[in-house]
Amino acid sequence: LGLALYAGSLRAAFLYHDYCVIGAGPSGLQAAYFLQQAGRDYVVFERSHAPGSFFALYPRHRKLISINKQYTGKSNDEFNLRHDWNSLLSHDRRLLFRRYSRDFFPNADAMVHYLEDFASLLKLQVQYNTAIIHVTLERNEQAWNGHYFLLTDQDRQNYKCSSLLVATGTWVPNVVNFPGSEYVEGYETVSINPEDFAGQTVLILGRGNSAFETAENILGVTNFIHMVSRSRVRLSWATHYVGDLRAINNGLLDTYQLKSLDGLLEGDLEDLAIIKDKKGKLHITLRFYLENRNTSAGIDSITLPQDELDNFATRAPYDRVIRCLGWKFDFSIYNRSLRMMPGKGNKKKYPQIKPNYESRGTRGLFVLGTASHSVDFRKSAGGFIHGFRYTTRAVHRLLENRHHGVPWPSTVYPITQLTNSIIKRVNEASGLYQMFSVLADIILLRENATAFEYLEEYPVGVLAELEMQTGRKAHNGLFIVIMEYGRNFSGADKDVFYYNRAVGEAQHAWQSNFLHPVIYYYKRLPTEREMRLRPPDWPLPRPDAVHHIVEDFLTDWTAPNAHILPLRRFLENCLSTDLRNFFAESCFLFAFTRQKLPPFCRQGYIRMRGLLGSEGLRRHAVEAGLLQDYALTDFLGDRQPDSHEGSQDQLLRDHVVPVRPLQHLVNAKDE
Amino acid sequence: MSAQKDSWVSSFSFLLFCASSIPTWGSARLLQELSPQEYFSSLQAGRASLAYFSHNVFPGAQPFLEQIENSVEALQDYGISVVKVNCPKEDISRYCGKENAIRKAYLFRGNILIREFPTDALFDVNSIVANVLFALLFNEVKYVETLADLQNIENGLKGRSNMVFAYVPATGTAEHRAVMEAAFVYGTVHQFVLTTEATLLKDTGSDEPDVSSAQLLFCHCQRTTDLAQPCRRTAMEQALTLLNIHRHLKLMGAPLVTEVAEDPEKVSTVHLQLGLPLVFILSQKETYEADRRTAEFVAWQLLGKAGVALLSRDLVDLNVLLRSNVALKSPDEGVPIKYLVLEDTDEVITLVEDKNKVEQIQEDEEEEEEDEGEKENNNQDIQDDEVVEAVSRDKKRELPLEQILVLTEESFYSALSEAVQAVVLFYASWEAVSLAMLRSYTEVADHLKGTPGLLLSRVNCWDWPGICTKENVTQFPTIKIYEKGERSVMYNGMWGTEELTSFIMLSRVPCPLKLATIEEAEGYLRGEFPSELSSYHHTSLLGVFSTATSEAREAFEEAGNILSGHVTMGMYFEDDALALSRKYLVSPPALLLVRSGGQSVEGIALSKQSAQDMVRMIRYELLDVFPEITVQNLPRYLQLRKPFLILFSDGDIGQMESKEMLKLAKGRPQQAFVACWLNLKKTPVGRGVLRVYFATMPSLPLLVWVNLHAGGQVFKFPSEQSITEMNILSWLEKLKAGLEIPISTLSEEDWKPPLPAYDFLQMMETAVPELPLHASRRRGDTPEQRPPKSPGGDAAIPEEPTQVTKTEKVGSPGRDLRGTAPRLAAREKQGKRHSEL
Repeated sequence: LGLALYAGSLRAAFLYHDYCVIGAGPSGLQAAYFLQQAGRDYVVFERSHAPGSFFALYPRHRKLISINKQYTGKSNDEFNLRHDWNSLLSHDRRLLFRRYSRDFFPNADAMVHYLEDFASLLKLQVQYNTAIIHVTLERNEQAWNGHYFLLTDQDRQNYKCSSLLVATGTWVPNVVNFPGSEYVEGYETVSINPEDFAGQTVLILGRGNSAFETAENILGVTNFIHMVSRSRVRLSWATHYVGDLRAINNGLLDTYQLKSLDGLLEGDLEDLAIIKDKKGKLHITLRFYLENRNTSAGIDSITLPQDELDNFATRAPYDRVIRCLGWKFDFSIYNRSLRMMPGKGNKKKYPQIKPNYESRGTRGLFVLGTASHSVDFRKSAGGFIHGFRYTTRAVHRLLENRHHGVPWPSTVYPITQLTNSIIKRVNEASGLYQMFSVLADIILLRENATAFEYLEEYPVGVLAELEMQTGRKAHNGLFIVIMEYGRNFSGADKDVFYYNRAVGEAQHAWQSNFLHPVIYYYKRLPTEREMRLRPPDWPLPRPDAVHHIVEDFLTDWTAPNAHILPLRRFLENCLSTDLRNFFAESCFLFAFTRQKLPPFCRQGYIRMRGLLGSEGLRRHAVEAGLLQDYALTDFLGDRQPDSHEGSQDQLLRDHVVPVRPLQHLVNAKDE
Repeated sequence: MSAQKDSWVSSFSFLLFCASSIPTWGSARLLQELSPQEYFSSLQAGRASLAYFSHNVFPGAQPFLEQIENSVEALQDYGISVVKVNCPKEDISRYCGKENAIRKAYLFRGNILIREFPTDALFDVNSIVANVLFALLFNEVKYVETLADLQNIENGLKGRSNMVFAYVPATGTAEHRAVMEAAFVYGTVHQFVLTTEATLLKDTGSDEPDVSSAQLLFCHCQRTTDLAQPCRRTAMEQALTLLNIHRHLKLMGAPLVTEVAEDPEKVSTVHLQLGLPLVFILSQKETYEADRRTAEFVAWQLLGKAGVALLSRDLVDLNVLLRSNVALKSPDEGVPIKYLVLEDTDEVITLVEDKNKVEQIQEDEEEEEEDEGEKENNNQDIQDDEVVEAVSRDKKRELPLEQILVLTEESFYSALSEAVQAVVLFYASWEAVSLAMLRSYTEVADHLKGTPGLLLSRVNCWDWPGICTKENVTQFPTIKIYEKGERSVMYNGMWGTEELTSFIMLSRVPCPLKLATIEEAEGYLRGEFPSELSSYHHTSLLGVFSTATSEAREAFEEAGNILSGHVTMGMYFEDDALALSRKYLVSPPALLLVRSGGQSVEGIALSKQSAQDMVRMIRYELLDVFPEITVQNLPRYLQLRKPFLILFSDGDIGQMESKEMLKLAKGRPQQAFVACWLNLKKTPVGRGVLRVYFATMPSLPLLVWVNLHAGGQVFKFPSEQSITEMNILSWLEKLKAGLEIPISTLSEEDWKPPLPAYDFLQMMETAVPELPLHASRRRGDTPEQRPPKSPGGDAAIPEEPTQVTKTEKVGSPGRDLRGTAPRLAAREKQGKRHSEL
């Protein structure tokens, strides 16, 4: 009885956590992992009994379109993540997706299994069977953000949190309403058994991966399939956006272009109307005709487009119409006071957030995962596991700094390591690669450019707030390392196979088209205004200098002359210094003949860490003319200056200009 | 060098501009052909024209006509038109009619005939221009034949204006033309006087004039008021060309002495712009008048060779020796100003003239290399990093890596735990310095082959970033030495074979090593114990403690941990420690020290010191009193931040010098300088040092004082004195008093980027000017300003690739493999063809 009473009293009160995460999908679990690692007080609410409930149902045909590469020829874990689009980030090597599936495009069940393991192996705090149905605010001066988040679940249990991480994804199916839309089947319920479609004529609404996936499944058994959508088809290999139509699903394009009965049409779904005839066949007409007709008349009186235009494209009746229009964010659970607003235009399925993933309406509410894709919609990978696993980590780092005074992790290196640090990161970093143009490495220069601080994967959208968001200082200029496709290379209507699409020479690197590293240099941190006024399609405002590392067929940017040398020259010219490496012998010569030493000698040789180099290497350097062999050239060197000196003596003797002493000048010091 | 040239070119082009801006009435075709009527009606008052009258066919005049045609352009620069007048057959007027008129050219100003020229006087462009200008500039250029004429003109000019006196062996020559062209520009400023009489030259002061070559003298008559005195003259030493005359007149026109009251670094005068040095006479209020006279005297001597400025020290805060009285600023950019202490004016002049001589030689040499040099400047893609280049030249050689175990993330910890001592090189396979170290590492492995319990291994951080992060490896390369997989030491010595080998061997012995018996302690001091180290040169330290002094012992042990690998440290604290300390005359706690290769035992008392203090003290004690400086050990001595007194020697130094230097070094325990010697046989790079100091190889042995950390002056011990302690000491006193003049000053230049980078920002702006790169532009404006989209190609893609595409499509279908040489060459060719088409 006591236990029951206790439980009862708990029920009335609020259960408090610093962090509440809604949703135990990939991004929710990813956030939980970082919170757990940092030892934070958090809980994850999951309405289902297991993590990843979206993947339990979707994709309906069970084939994930995120690649799962078993082999890359490299053992570098970080690099390999570039080609593993399913794993979440963790220290546990067991939790690599390639251990869960050997398929290049894995089955969705493997993802469900993986997420279950991720939650249980890492002992993440997930509260299952808890559907948050309402979220509201409680003003409180003491709270981190001036308010607490109050969450209510389906059993009226209340929870109170200081920070709310929304990782609910987009799961509410998009529906269009038009006359006759009641005859339309939804992607979420349509049969996935091809047998059910044998000998049928099918119309699919939508042109995304789910639409094509549905078509692909029944392509072989239908009479024909037509697809209608407002916009033209966007092929991911032309747009370089993984959310667009992937080649694995595009069998229908083949049959359409080869005139094998299937077809693609453009039109606004809002103008559509569907009429069912007596035989149960579905006819396409326009809303316009319906509005004008005499309401009392029967179904036969409705004008069909082909009555006026007898070659109207979709004049053939359909047996089924399937809606595959994607999903949107669930806005319904948020109290008005949270001001969770849908985005504008094609981003209306996502809530409005700032580039630091914080809601525009409510401080302390962060949106993670697929729902946060408005930041880089149709550009980068922020809506997908291989992208948001990094943005989630970025949000965690921002929160650590904001609430716990833990500055953004960074490493300080001597300036001699600048070229190396950049080369290392652009070659292996996965976050930069997946979240190109969104996450960037920041290099903060220390005074006099003798050292620098390296910050990884910072969201460039909030560059202007860098000091406040990271707790690091940027007084002496900064470099930004980011990856970009060539401007104007990507697009639904672009020919991405034109000749000479790839640039080979370093001096033309700025014209590189494929994903390649770009380094921006700013003498001071750009301001918010400069960020706002940056050119469209530019991730950053105009820099003081910019460098492109030429695109590489193997994405291996370690070539000494084509990649590293131009980068070094760029860095040298930004910092106005000499970043070359020197053998100890050269440093010895400089130490005795110059008052200043190059950084490599200053930070190496002078600190007794000079590079002596093997005999063979020094000989190579001599052959290259970069090092002098003083033991050898001595004879030649001696003779010529000797004769020269002689002639000077001659000159001195011949000189017969009358001399007036400068004595008073010498004496001047005595006065 | 290039700045000098630029200023030349710019002033020359200015001259041309002056000349060509005089309006001409030349039409599209330069040589006009007119009928006599047309010609005479077209003559304008004040305009000069050269006319040649011709009956249609007259073969004899053909070569002359060619020369006339060639000189049309040159004459047009001076506003003189050239006309060929075609005489009709029946015309028998004044110019057309006469038979011999055909062999002449006529110079008109307006319609007044100035001069007739026989065609044989107009044999080439030079003679045409020279003679025509000579005729036109009748007043500006006086021609004299006798000395009396010259003196009359000179006297008339005194106190009014200057005279330019030119001697040319003959008229109509290139030199004559140059003088006339200069007179065209400067004729209103200076009086030009021309002669072809060599005798006049003799009387102008030059003892033995070379009458075969033209000469030009600038006579400073404006300053001369005394009629009895001749005007001062400054001969131009260069060949008579328009450019040189222009330069000479510019220099003569500049003020004799410029008074300066600002930082000499910022001063710029005509002289510097024309590539001549500028001499500063440093003056003070007290001596101003005398200094001014000196400056003027020097200026007259250096006229045309260098500029002279008078700098008041009272007005400028100069950070140089008070006794410096002269400064020399070179026209070459980036060369620091030299401050000197000179005894008389002659030295100033010698200084400048020698410098010019040296430069002349260098210039000649440079000219030969210039083409090459320019090419190199553009070649930003040529590797100029000696380490990277050396490694990439060596990349095809297979390294003998059998002795070095490759570790992976899986094998790392198990391998480490199995070995008693494991050395791990963390490197990146793309990074040049780590690859250079890998090569030395293979040599280490060769030396240490078969050492029991020792594992040499490597981890490629490019393959295994996780393990490198975990082991806290933030730089490449890093070497760590693990003991039984537990304790690890990071190697912090020189990246060389010997140093690493010795470090590994020394760190095999506990540091400090506890010695159990007095025999062991003695053996330790003799370098015989522990026996495995006997073949490695090292300094041995022995801490002697009584049982009571545990505090010092703990500090000593901690210091041992820090110094492990660099030095051997022993420790003795048995009951009979006193016996040991008595033997070496110390009282515990104390330190006994035996230098590498040395015999004597030095005793040092230990007071209550922290471990850090003790480390510092031991490091200091390890330094030799009079070391041989090498590439390897220099940094240890540099850390003292003291001036260096170096004895350069080709081979071992003589006993006498060695003794004297040692005496000097030992004489003052807290020496204000590092006394050392350098064996050029062992450290050949020392020759490079000497070459910088002396420009030539001086005779050896040689004693040099280098103020490495303050000012960078280098002083040479007088070679006529013998190297003895006394001589050196008195020389050092003189140095201290500022009585010696440095032979050289180390360059203060910063280490700037060796070559420029590709300016992608500028390339983007040039290629796509519409690209709204400027943040100042408002966002709302941009959509209209974007270029219209074109299918296929795009604004950001330059035109060239698309052009090339077309041609390549025909010849070579398929993916561009980029970088393949034949393809690149082919593309270049195609590119060229396109631009030609």
